[in-house]
Amino acid sequence: MSSGTPTPTSAGLFAKHHILEKNPILLVIAILIVVAIGGIVQIVPLFYLQSTVEKVEGIRPYTPLELAGRNIYVREGCYLCHSQMIRSLRDEVERYGHYSLAAESMYDHPFQWGSKRNGPDLARVGLKYTDSWQIAHLKDPRSVVPQSIMPTYAFLATTVNQVVGVPYSDEDIAKAVDDVKVQINPDSPDAATFQKRYPKAQLRKFNAETSDLTEADALVAYLQMLGTLVDFNLYDDKANLR
Amino acid sequence: MRGGEVGLTAVLAVLGLACLYAAAKTIEPAYAFHMALGVVASAAAIFAIFQRYSTRPTETPLEIDGKPNYNFGPVKFCSLAALFWGVAGMAVGIYIAFELAYPWLNIAPWFNFGRLRPLHTSAVIFAFGGNVLLATSFYVVQRTSRARLAGDLAPWFVVLGYNMFIVLAGTGYLLGVTDGKEYAEPEWYVDLWLTIVWVTYLLVFLGTLMRRKEPHIYVANWFYLAFILTIAMLHLGNNAAIPISPFSSKSVILWGGVQDAMFQWWYGHNAVGFFLTAGFLGIMYYFVPKRAERPIYSYRLSIIHFWALIFLYIWAGPHHLHYTALPDWAQTLGMTFSIMLWMPSWGGMINGLLTLSGAWDKLRTDPVLRMLVVSVAFYGMSTFEGPVMSIKTVNSLSHYTDWTIGHVHSGALGWVAYVSFGALYCLVPWLWNKRELYSLRLVNWHFWISTLGIVLYITSMWVSGILQGLMWRSYTPQGYLEYSFIETVAAMHPFYVIRALGGVLFITGYLLMVYNVWMTIRSGEAAEANAQPTLQPAE
Repeated sequence: MSSGTPTPTSAGLFAKHHILEKNPILLVIAILIVVAIGGIVQIVPLFYLQSTVEKVEGIRPYTPLELAGRNIYVREGCYLCHSQMIRSLRDEVERYGHYSLAAESMYDHPFQWGSKRNGPDLARVGLKYTDSWQIAHLKDPRSVVPQSIMPTYAFLATTVNQVVGVPYSDEDIAKAVDDVKVQINPDSPDAATFQKRYPKAQLRKFNAETSDLTEADALVAYLQMLGTLVDFNLYDDKANLR
Repeated sequence: MRGGEVGLTAVLAVLGLACLYAAAKTIEPAYAFHMALGVVASAAAIFAIFQRYSTRPTETPLEIDGKPNYNFGPVKFCSLAALFWGVAGMAVGIYIAFELAYPWLNIAPWFNFGRLRPLHTSAVIFAFGGNVLLATSFYVVQRTSRARLAGDLAPWFVVLGYNMFIVLAGTGYLLGVTDGKEYAEPEWYVDLWLTIVWVTYLLVFLGTLMRRKEPHIYVANWFYLAFILTIAMLHLGNNAAIPISPFSSKSVILWGGVQDAMFQWWYGHNAVGFFLTAGFLGIMYYFVPKRAERPIYSYRLSIIHFWALIFLYIWAGPHHLHYTALPDWAQTLGMTFSIMLWMPSWGGMINGLLTLSGAWDKLRTDPVLRMLVVSVAFYGMSTFEGPVMSIKTVNSLSHYTDWTIGHVHSGALGWVAYVSFGALYCLVPWLWNKRELYSLRLVNWHFWISTLGIVLYITSMWVSGILQGLMWRSYTPQGYLEYSFIETVAAMHPFYVIRALGGVLFITGYLLMVYNVWMTIRSGEAAEANAQPTLQPAE
C-alpha cells in the first residue's frame, strides 16, 4: 500500500498483518475462518433446537396433485410477488389470519415465504375463494379483480400436467400417479384410503371447465389447501413459546 | 500440444457426449435444449482450442524485456461482455417495471413477470456485475502482482465458462427452469457447472498471486479473494440439492421450511455483501487511487475495513426474516450485526473518499473520477439505509414493500453500477492502448442523465413503499382495517410509472457509454508505447 509499510513501531496486530499480506494460502485460510463463523452460529442450531419447529397437529406432506401444483407455483415465480409468511403483527393477523408457524412450511423444499408483496399473502388463501373463482382469476385476473396487476395464466388451464411424484412412504410412492387421478375423482373406490393417507385433502375436479387433468387443477388444488391443515381452534400458542 | 490443451479437449469431449446422451434421453424440452447447447458449446470450445493451437507461438513468455507479459485477452472479453449484458439486463428491468404499471404487457408464459424478474436480477447482478468483477479482478491481480495471469487455457475457460453459465441460467428462467430460490434460481446442473468454473477462477487468481513480483498482496486483492471464496461457500450451502433424475432439470433442495429460509438469506444477503460489495470494493481500492493519482488514505483503516466487513456481513441475513417463523434469537442476532455493519461500511467509504485528499479539484474536470467518487457516496448512503431498515420496528413497515426495492437499487445503480462504469471508463483506454476516451463530454452526459434516473427511481420507491406499508396497517376509527389489499396495489400505479421512467433515463445514459466505448476502441488516438499509466502497486 502506498501509504507505506507499517513501521516497526506500529502497534501489535497491525504490525503482524504483513504475514497475511505475504502468504496467499494463509490469507485464504484466515478469510475462510472469519466468514464461516456467522453462518455456523446462526444456521446449525436451527437443526437441533427443539423449539425451532413447533409440534402441531395436522401437518402432513403434500398429496401428489398438490405437490405438482406447488411445482408450477415455483416454476412460474409466484413467490416473487406473493409471500406465504404472515408476520406476527396485528394488521397482518387480521388481514390474513393466524400468523404462520414454522411447522406449516416444514415440508417445503424450497420454502416459499417470499420477500415482496406485489400481491397479497397466500399462506392461508385455501378455501377463501371457490374453485371457479380461482380458475377464472388465473385465466384473467382482471375479470374478477379489475385493478389487479397480475399476469394471466390461461395457458395452465389447457396444459396437460405431466410432472408428478415425490417420495414419501413406500405406499405413497407406489400410488403417486394413481393418487393424482383419485384426488380429482371423489367417486373413486380408492378415495377413502387416499383420504386416510392425506388427511384434510380436498377431493374434487378443481378445473371444472374440462375433464382433462390440467396444470390449473394442480395449482388450484395447492392454493386451496394452503393454510388449511392446522386447526387453530385447537392450537395452543403458549405451548410453543420460544 | 500442451498437456492442458489435451486434457481440456478430452474433458470437453466427454462432457459433450454426456450432454448428447442426456438430450436424447430426457422428456423435458427445456432440458433437452440446454443439453443441446452443451453439445454445441463443447464442440465449439474444442474447435477453438485446435484453432488456437495452430496459430499460437510455441512459448508464451512470462516477461518481455523485463516487463510482465500481461494476459489482457480475457479482460477485454469480459469488459465487452459486461457492456452487452448490461444493456440486456437493464432493458428487461425496464420492461418488468412497466409490467407492474401496465399488466397487459405480460405475455404468457415466457414474458410473465414471474419469469422475467429472475432474468433481470441475474442479468444485472451476475452477468453485468459478474463480468465486471472478472475483468477488473484479472486486470488488477496482474498489475498489482506484476505477473502474467496464471494458467494457459484456464483464464479463457473461466470467462467463457462463466458466460455459458449466464446463457443457461437466463434461457432457463424464460422456459420455466428454476429451483425457486431468489438470486440463486439456476437448477442443479447449471449450479454444478458454475462450481467448476468458480473453482478454476479461484485457482487462476491464487496462482497469479503466488507468482507475484511484489512482496505484499495489494488490498484490492484481499477483497477479490474474500469475494471469490465466500461466494463459493454460499453457493454450495444454499444450492445443496438432489436431482430427481440425471435426465430432468428438476431437483429437490436439501433444506426445508425455516432452515431453508435461513440458508436462503444467509446466501441472499451475502450475495449482496460479497458479490456486490466486497468484489466492488476491490474495484474501489484500485481504480479510485489510480484515477485520482493519490495513495489510499489509510493503510490501517483498510485492514480494519476488510476484516470487520467480512466478519460482520455474514451475520446480517436474518434481518430479511423479521417477525417470521424464524426463532427470535436469530432475528435479534441478524439485526444487531446489521447495525454494527454500519461501522466498517462507513470506514470503507471514508477510506475511499479521503483518498481524494489534495485531488478534489479533479472532480471538476474529470467526469470519470466524479462517477467513481459518487459511487462511493452512494455506497455510504445505502449502507446507512440498510442498517436502519434492519431495525425490527422499521422493518415491520418496510418489509414486503417497494422500500426494499428502492434500497436495493440505490446500492445497485448508485454504487455497483457507477463504480463499474468508472472502472470500465478507465479500463477501456488502457486495454486497447488508447490515449483517452473518445469523449469526456459524453461521460458527463452519462453521469447527469443516469443520476437523474437514480433519483427518480429511489424517491418513487420510497414514497410507494412507505405509502403501501402505512396503508396495510391503517385502521378506521371503528377499528377495522381501512384498505383492502387491492386498493393498496392501485395506489402504487403513479410511482410505478415514475420508477420505470427513472429506469429509462438510466439506460439512456448507459447507451451513451456503450457508444463512447465503441468509438474509443474503433477510433481513439493510440497511446504512445510508454504512456501506459504507471502503476503504484503495493508498496
